[in-house]
Amino acid sequence: MAYTPGLKVKREIVLQKTRRLPIPGEVLVSKGDKVGFETIVARTKVPGDVETIRASQILGIEADDVEELGQYLLKKVGDRVGKGEIVAKRISFFGLSKAFVESPVEGTIEHVSDITGQVTIREDPVPVEVKAYIPGRIVDVIQKEGVVVETTASFIQGIFGIGGETHGQVRMAVKSPEDSLTADMLDSSDKGKILIGGAMVTGDTLKKAVDIGVKGIVSGGVEDKDLRDLLGYEIGVAITGQEESTVTLIITEGFGKMRMSGKTFELLKSCEGIEAALNGATQIRAGVIRPEIIVPRGKTSAGESRDDRAVFSKGMQPGMMVRVIAEPFFGAIGTILSLPVELQDVESESAVRILEVQLEDGRKAVVPRANVEIIEL
Amino acid sequence: MKRGNEYRFVASGEAPTTVEAPYEDVTLGVRNAVREVEELTGHTLLSDDGIVLPSKGNVGTDLYVTTSSAGGGLQMMVTGVIKTMTAESAERAALGAGAIVMDVISVDDGRRTFQKIDRIRHLRPDMILFSGGTDGGTVRHVLGIAELISTAEPKARLGAGYELPIVYAGNKDARQQINKILGKKFALKVVDNIRPVLSQENPEPAREAVHELFMEHVMSHAPGYNRLMKWTSVPIMPTPAGEGRMFRTLAEMRGVNVIGVGLGGATTNVYSVYDGKFVRTVSANLGMSYSICNVLKEAGIQNIMRWLPFEMDEVAVRNRLRNKMIRPTIIPQLIDALVVEHAVAREALRLGFAHHKSLARGLRGVQRQRTVSDLFEQSLEEETYIDMIRISMIAGTGGLLSHAPRRAQTALMLIDAFQPEGVTKLAQDSVFMMPHLGVLSTVHAPAALEIFEKDCLVRIGTCIAPRGPMEAQGSLAAVHLSMPDGGSRDDEITQGELKLISLGEGEFAEAVIAPRSGLDVGAGLGHELKTKIEGGVVGIVLDGRGRPLVPPDDPMRRRKDLIRWFRAVDAYPQGALERYEKALS
Repeated sequence: MAYTPGLKVKREIVLQKTRRLPIPGEVLVSKGDKVGFETIVARTKVPGDVETIRASQILGIEADDVEELGQYLLKKVGDRVGKGEIVAKRISFFGLSKAFVESPVEGTIEHVSDITGQVTIREDPVPVEVKAYIPGRIVDVIQKEGVVVETTASFIQGIFGIGGETHGQVRMAVKSPEDSLTADMLDSSDKGKILIGGAMVTGDTLKKAVDIGVKGIVSGGVEDKDLRDLLGYEIGVAITGQEESTVTLIITEGFGKMRMSGKTFELLKSCEGIEAALNGATQIRAGVIRPEIIVPRGKTSAGESRDDRAVFSKGMQPGMMVRVIAEPFFGAIGTILSLPVELQDVESESAVRILEVQLEDGRKAVVPRANVEIIEL
Repeated sequence: MKRGNEYRFVASGEAPTTVEAPYEDVTLGVRNAVREVEELTGHTLLSDDGIVLPSKGNVGTDLYVTTSSAGGGLQMMVTGVIKTMTAESAERAALGAGAIVMDVISVDDGRRTFQKIDRIRHLRPDMILFSGGTDGGTVRHVLGIAELISTAEPKARLGAGYELPIVYAGNKDARQQINKILGKKFALKVVDNIRPVLSQENPEPAREAVHELFMEHVMSHAPGYNRLMKWTSVPIMPTPAGEGRMFRTLAEMRGVNVIGVGLGGATTNVYSVYDGKFVRTVSANLGMSYSICNVLKEAGIQNIMRWLPFEMDEVAVRNRLRNKMIRPTIIPQLIDALVVEHAVAREALRLGFAHHKSLARGLRGVQRQRTVSDLFEQSLEEETYIDMIRISMIAGTGGLLSHAPRRAQTALMLIDAFQPEGVTKLAQDSVFMMPHLGVLSTVHAPAALEIFEKDCLVRIGTCIAPRGPMEAQGSLAAVHLSMPDGGSRDDEITQGELKLISLGEGEFAEAVIAPRSGLDVGAGLGHELKTKIEGGVVGIVLDGRGRPLVPPDDPMRRRKDLIRWFRAVDAYPQGALERYEKALS
């Protein structure tokens, strides 16, 4: 193991977001257009669900005679049908035996199988819209698929989140990154806002935030049990963003009481009063996605822009700033002193590649390389 | 590397994957790992173009092979007509090919048609293995499934711009119509039936097709793989397929029944070779990093905490596991953190094995003559054919097991999770190289086998555990050992206790094990067993804790038991165990 790229905490960068439809559709804006949080940039219709009916079975057609189904159909492929409408009927024995096939849904006949004797009905398409999510300018249009929105913004990645895209005005709800965000710090004026906590947000606070209609909470940490209480279930694999919770929660450090990193806290403080976009969606496996806070700065000048790949491809070097991400120095920040090549034993007796680090509080520590993340300067 | 007349393992290098942004090129990570090997050996392997092939003097290598689990591995959906027959055969074949099975669709799976279509649409597998019907059997149901797939039009997971591969391995009489229904929309490959007749399974043609399509369609769409494929001497193999191949080789070489396990970060793979039958299962969401919280969810916090020898607040345990989930590459620096991970590992292994046993069972749907006694045993037909007392070896691989600081930790995790009965050898992969040796064995079997025996397979020792009711206290079995130094030793397996007898790697002892009446050590109830016992880096473990092994409910008693057991096999540092003991008083 060698190193983990740190999470991004950028005061000002030019940020591009691709906003794409799940399937091709119509793009509603043009290159150069200005868009806001709620601007609908593209829309489409996703094909409806399908329902199949065992028509030949209902009509009493023998398995070997399935191809006869066609002669009993009242509708053909492409015809619209209403819920309960008769699609096929079979009258035999001079009218003594009648069998009818009703459509269970409203939709269109998509397929009639002369092999299985089934009729497939597709429900009406479901409209899907994609919003700009961040205010900015359209810099590219992907034909029939979506757009690229560009803005200059402060950009902060969290380590884990729940809840989808939202936006609201930033309010610092605590005074310092060590503080916990407690229920008494919230009132009805926080409706629609994004609240910034410190080291921890309590379970009561989360409940109250939902009741008030708070849009988002950003905190250093949260107790796992409080998260479970909020969701009503246990998260198994870390793929989130689709939760039904009305409040989007982003934690920046980890689970438990975790002082928010000073840099993150100060940057958020400078955003107080500004409308920010928030997305809790997290995916920790193939195609890592981290939750994000985007605070548009309303400028058009180019901000920081750097090829992260070039930075991290170099790997760790003495002199680099790192943050420890596991016990016993969890959260401590320091400078790499050396990177010995040989494996070394740590307290758990694991033989690992380590680094020596000069921590900010003056201590020197030996830490497995896997247990630090590089901090971008 | 060939040293003298021997093929030996020389060095390993590790680096995190670079498949993800911002790198999006797997070869960067490969370079980082190879660079470590270069640093450790002083041998140049890389040039600007990649790995230098073939070797010239002190530069390059003659063979470069690799396995891949990138992008979460090969994710497949399988179908069959009957859930317990062709669908189950297809599931076994897909698992055997190294895939993760996302769902099994069958005519009788209890879901309504629209639910199945909806499921197929949303799964986005890498590939579909489509079986159904024996040759000459049902065509109509098979075509019904084809129509389901056609209507759902599932899209491939990686890259929407290519056709989803489907392997058809069902009733041969339906091939023409299958081609008509699916041929235009998908990359369809037709192979021999997986279940040509009910009494026979034929997984090889389907497995081969899965590997071929994996390379052609899936791997080539992952970032950097096109370049990596040019570097390698033979096709890239899914990691579990390589692992499985080595476990099979192990069982064949020794002519015994073997259980193997690969405990990974995201998945747990369990392999069994039992009376010549090879079965692999993968529990897609049981793992030690990415999936650690799914182990928490599936096993329950209490089942994890029952393996902790110290008091720890449930909230703290939960937070610790969550922090591992969000930063999956961290390593336990402190001993307590290691013990917590080992507690989770026991549960992941236990659940993975339970899943395995649900698929390691006889072919169903086969008519057989029943005797009167069969009627009484009918319920057993549903159960696994794996009888733990007939398993000769349990071997483990994967990061956590291979990197465990003490081999006794691996021994105890394997014993606690798999609960071997009778006499069972324990082994482990030394530095997580079984998958790679699996690929190597396809091009250079002698080198792969030599390295496997000499450098890969670590003999941990042998576990002796009587099976049967354990209510009574005291001695469960008398053990007489004729030691390699010519001396002899008499010992007892005591109820509720673990004992360790030193017998080194490569050493053997002749054993006579006499169980108390009502207990079995492999020769039948109450019968004496004479056998040869192989030693290992840990030794012989006498396990009198009973089967099933369940730690006591009372927390104090349980912690005391755990500390005593850990101490008996020297699993953790004495200082830590003393600290845990002090905390109890």
